[in-house]
Amino acid sequence: MALRTLLTRKILANSPLGTLGFRGLQTFSLPDLPYDYGALEPAISGDIMQLHHQKHHQTYITNYNKALEQLDDAVAKGDAPAVVKLQSAIKFNGGGHVNHSIFWKNLAPVREGGGEPPKSSLGWAIDNHFGSLEVLIQKMNAEGAALQGSGWIWLGLDKELKRLVVETTANQDPLVTKGPNLVPLLGIDVWEHAYYLQYKNVRPDYLKNIWKVMNWKYASDVFDKECP
Amino acid sequence: MVATAVTGIATPLKFPLFSGFQRSSRSLQLRMSQKAGHGVITGKLELRPPPYPLDALEPHMSRSTFEYHWGKHHRAYVDNLNKQIAGTELTGKTLEDVIVATYNSGNLLPPFNNAAQVWNHDFFWESMKPGGGGKPSGELLDLINRDFGSFEEFAKEFKTAAATQFGSGWAWLVYKDEDKKLAVVQSPNAVNPLVWDYVPLLTVDVWEHAYYLDYQNRRPDYLSIFMENLVSWDAVTSRLESVKAGSA
Repeated sequence: MALRTLLTRKILANSPLGTLGFRGLQTFSLPDLPYDYGALEPAISGDIMQLHHQKHHQTYITNYNKALEQLDDAVAKGDAPAVVKLQSAIKFNGGGHVNHSIFWKNLAPVREGGGEPPKSSLGWAIDNHFGSLEVLIQKMNAEGAALQGSGWIWLGLDKELKRLVVETTANQDPLVTKGPNLVPLLGIDVWEHAYYLQYKNVRPDYLKNIWKVMNWKYASDVFDKECP
Repeated sequence: MVATAVTGIATPLKFPLFSGFQRSSRSLQLRMSQKAGHGVITGKLELRPPPYPLDALEPHMSRSTFEYHWGKHHRAYVDNLNKQIAGTELTGKTLEDVIVATYNSGNLLPPFNNAAQVWNHDFFWESMKPGGGGKPSGELLDLINRDFGSFEEFAKEFKTAAATQFGSGWAWLVYKDEDKKLAVVQSPNAVNPLVWDYVPLLTVDVWEHAYYLDYQNRRPDYLSIFMENLVSWDAVTSRLESVKAGSA
C-alpha cells in the first residue's frame, strides 16, 4: 500500500504543468525558456535573463506553492480569516508566476522572428486603433517609463468589445485586474530587476530596445484565437 | 534629559504632554525639518550629498551603487520635483509640507512621488554611516527593549517588514505619538510615515535599485548587512532627541 502511494507520487511529480500533491492540490514548477539565456542579446543580457528566470520567477513559484498549500489547509479547516489573509500572498506570487510565464513567450531571438512587426489581423487592428505600430510603441514606452515603482505595461485585447488596449498594472497584478475581459497579448516587465544590471536607471533605453526581440507571432496567435 | 525608569512594569517614558497632538505633531515635523535643514523651498531644491564619500560604505554598499542611486535616481527626483513645482504655490512650503499636501489623503497628486523620494533618500543616506551597525545603547536601547521585547526581536521585525514589502518601498522604525511607542512600519513606493503623522527614526530602501548591483535578487542578504554594518544608531538617537526637544 505504502509502495503504491510512493510510486503514484513519483509519477505525478514529473508532470510539466504541475504536480498533484498527496491531497490533489496542483502546484507549479518553473517553465523552461524557449531559448537560451544569451539568445536575446544585446537587447537583454544573458545575466539578466538567467537571474530573472532562475531566481525571480522561481521564487514567485516557490512562494505561490507555499501559499496554495496554506490556503488548502485553511479552506479544509474552515478558517475564514486565514483564507482572506492569504489573498495578498496569492496575488503577489501567483500574479508573478502568471505574468512571467507570458513574458518569456512574448520574447524571441531575432533569428526566430523576434522584432518582426505584426502582420495581418493584429497588424491591421493596431493601425486601426492606434494609427501605426510606431504610435503604439511610443505610447507603451511612455506609459512604461512613467510607471512609478514596480509593475507591467501591457498590450491587451478586450475580448468583449474586440478592442485593443494599453494598460499598466502595479507590482504583479495580472492584466485581468484592470478588466475581467482583458486578454494579455504582450507584457513588458518594468520592475527594476528586469533591466537594472544592463540599463541601470535608464528604463527608457530598455523599453526602446526590447521591441527588437518582441515576439509578435505569439501576440498574433492569441489575438486570432479571440478574434477569429 | 528625560528620566527613564524602566522597571518590571515599565514606567511610561515621560514625554511632556501635548495639547491637541495633531497640531503639535505637525509643527514638530517642521521643527525637525528645519533642524535637518529642509527649510522652505525658495527657488530650486538642491541635491544634498550623503554625509560621507561615495565609497565610504564599501564593501557593504558599493561606490557604484551610490553613483547610480544618489547620482542618478536621487538627482532625478530633485530635478523633476523642481520642474513640477516651479511657478506653483508649493515652492513656498517646506518639503515636508509639500509631501503631506501632495499625498492628499492617499489620492496622490503628481509631485508626491518626487517630493517624497527626495526626502526619503536624504533620510536614508543619513540613516547609515561607515562602521555602522551593531546595537544602540542608553535610552534608545531601553525604548527598543520596552516596545519590542529585545533588540533581537526589533531587528527581526524590521528585517521582516523590509523583506515582505512587495514591489518597491521602504521599511521604517518610527515613533508613534498616538501611543507613545516605537513601531516598525512598511510603506510602498514613495510613501513615508510623515503622511501617517509618525516620526521617522530609521529607514531602509527596498526598491530594487537600492541593492540590485550589490546583491541582485538577494534582498534578505542586503538587509542583514544593513543591520550588521550600516545602520547609524547615532542618527536614530539624535532623531529621537529631536522628538523630545520638539514637544512643548
